[in-house]
Amino acid sequence: MVQLEVFLQTLISGILLGGLYAVIGLGMTLIMGVMKIINLAHGELMMVAMYIAFWLFSLLGVDPYVSLLVTIPALFVLGVVIQRTLISPVLKVDSILPENQVILTVGIGMILANLATMFFSSDYRSTPVSYAADAWYLSDYWRSSPIELSLSVPWTVSFGFALAITAALWGFLQHTDTGKAIRATAQDKDAALMMGINVERMTMVTFGLGAALVGAAGSLFIPMYYLYPALGGKFTLIAFVITILGGLGSTQGAIIGGIILGIFESMTATYIGMGWAPVGRFVIFVACLVFLPRGVAGLMKRS
Amino acid sequence: MLKVEGIDVFYGDVQVIWDVSFEVNEGEVVALIGANGAGKSTLLRTVSGIVRPRKGGITFLGEPLAEVPPYRIIEKGIAHVPEARRLFPDMSVEENLELGALKPAAKARRADSMERVFTRFPRLEERRRQLAGTLSGGEQQMLAIGRGLMSLPRMLMFDEPSLGLAPLLVEEVFQVVRDVRADGVTVLIVEQNVRQTLAIADRAYVLETGRIVRHGSGRELLEDEEVKKAYLGV
Ligand SMILES: Nc1ncnc2c1ncn2[C@@H]1O[C@H](COP(=O)(O)OP(=O)(O)OP(=O)(O)O)[C@@H](O)[C@H]1O
Ligand SMILES: [Mg+2]
Repeated sequence: MVQLEVFLQTLISGILLGGLYAVIGLGMTLIMGVMKIINLAHGELMMVAMYIAFWLFSLLGVDPYVSLLVTIPALFVLGVVIQRTLISPVLKVDSILPENQVILTVGIGMILANLATMFFSSDYRSTPVSYAADAWYLSDYWRSSPIELSLSVPWTVSFGFALAITAALWGFLQHTDTGKAIRATAQDKDAALMMGINVERMTMVTFGLGAALVGAAGSLFIPMYYLYPALGGKFTLIAFVITILGGLGSTQGAIIGGIILGIFESMTATYIGMGWAPVGRFVIFVACLVFLPRGVAGLMKRS
Repeated sequence: MLKVEGIDVFYGDVQVIWDVSFEVNEGEVVALIGANGAGKSTLLRTVSGIVRPRKGGITFLGEPLAEVPPYRIIEKGIAHVPEARRLFPDMSVEENLELGALKPAAKARRADSMERVFTRFPRLEERRRQLAGTLSGGEQQMLAIGRGLMSLPRMLMFDEPSLGLAPLLVEEVFQVVRDVRADGVTVLIVEQNVRQTLAIADRAYVLETGRIVRHGSGRELLEDEEVKKAYLGV
């Protein structure tokens, strides 16, 4: 019974974590799909959003979930500006190889991390919200339950927002002309141009959206995570693994990939040890490249 | 209607079009014929603004297109049914058609236009939710043409619409071209199926390694000894 309880509790934590990972992965996947580059500044963008949420909380007492109203538009604008002023000019030069275009995003990430260290120091920050340790217990709702499970309040609320954001993105991509134009741009740029789609504008909007998504993830993570300037790298790697796992550019794949990674990390932490999550991440990454080179999306297509 | 005057086109440093001029008048079917690699697709892509001429100019309905960005060409009334169809493979038939009608004027009549496409191509209606990438070659070509029609064009450019299709479907494609013209849409067509193309073309231009070497009415060219030898296999 205890074993089942531990397993289920680990599974729940994994799914909650995976929902947030999915939002991060979706952002990178969108950018990958349209621009065909891996945005290696992705985690750093999330770090920027977390500082925004942190300062809003510390200075103005704004709840991290309310800060979504700021981080999402702010990161959208930051993404558009980065794409317009830094990435787009480099993408236009044919003689710069795609590998080197990716290096540009590494540079952007480093600059953001260093700016954060300069302005905010490398101290660990957090937003001690009143509900940080609150949880819902199964036994409160079902007195005679044979096992006890709990749902952390901040994790669950963050997960709920992640679901809502994912659903909103889905609706946007499926049902609006702009969403369809973005998907068309990802599938065939020249054909998109012939249909009258302003491909350059769509590319900008996509980078903005990708940044806004990972920005939202920043607001959703800050109630549970410590913040420091170098935290970006870890989340860039997470987004990268999800993008590969999902099958480069597939949104459905990214959602499933995020959940798989969340569960896998949670299981690794419970059954192997807290410190092993990064190793697990790396294992899943390599395994995916070897056994599933086209990711979850490839699997779905095959069936 | 369309006037191409003395254009040179390059890919990088390689010139592929040399001082080409041609004209399409309202209501005509004009054909461009030529061997593989002659530059036929390049000419259509230049009209669409995907590649830019280094010299010379293009005007449509009297308006120069040099400054018009490629995504604005369709608004001017030019639709392009490209070589190899270039559908959006992971989108449904319906979505592909919708993307043909993004601009306000075409969008306002989207439902209507889609009905017309479905009436003309009932197979597409049966498959409206199917992904374009999973359609048969013939269905894909019909979808590409339907998508072109969705923008309510004044001129429709076809790039090898019969390529890779069974004889029966080739017939169907040429019938569609005639219908399109009958509906008052001007046609510029590139085809390897020279005999059938010249039979429906009012006028045609022969392109050889990036230069126009002949032009005349469809009938004249069908009788032309050089054309017969080079393209009709007689
Ligand atoms: N994107 C490109 N980059 C470089 N060269 C190109 C490109 N596209 C076409 N070319 C070259 O330009 C020339 C003309 O090509 P184009 O596709 O216009 O010929 P085409 O007449 O349409 O031939 P086909 O009948 O085979 O379709 C060819 O020599 C081709 O190799
Ligand atoms: Mg061609």
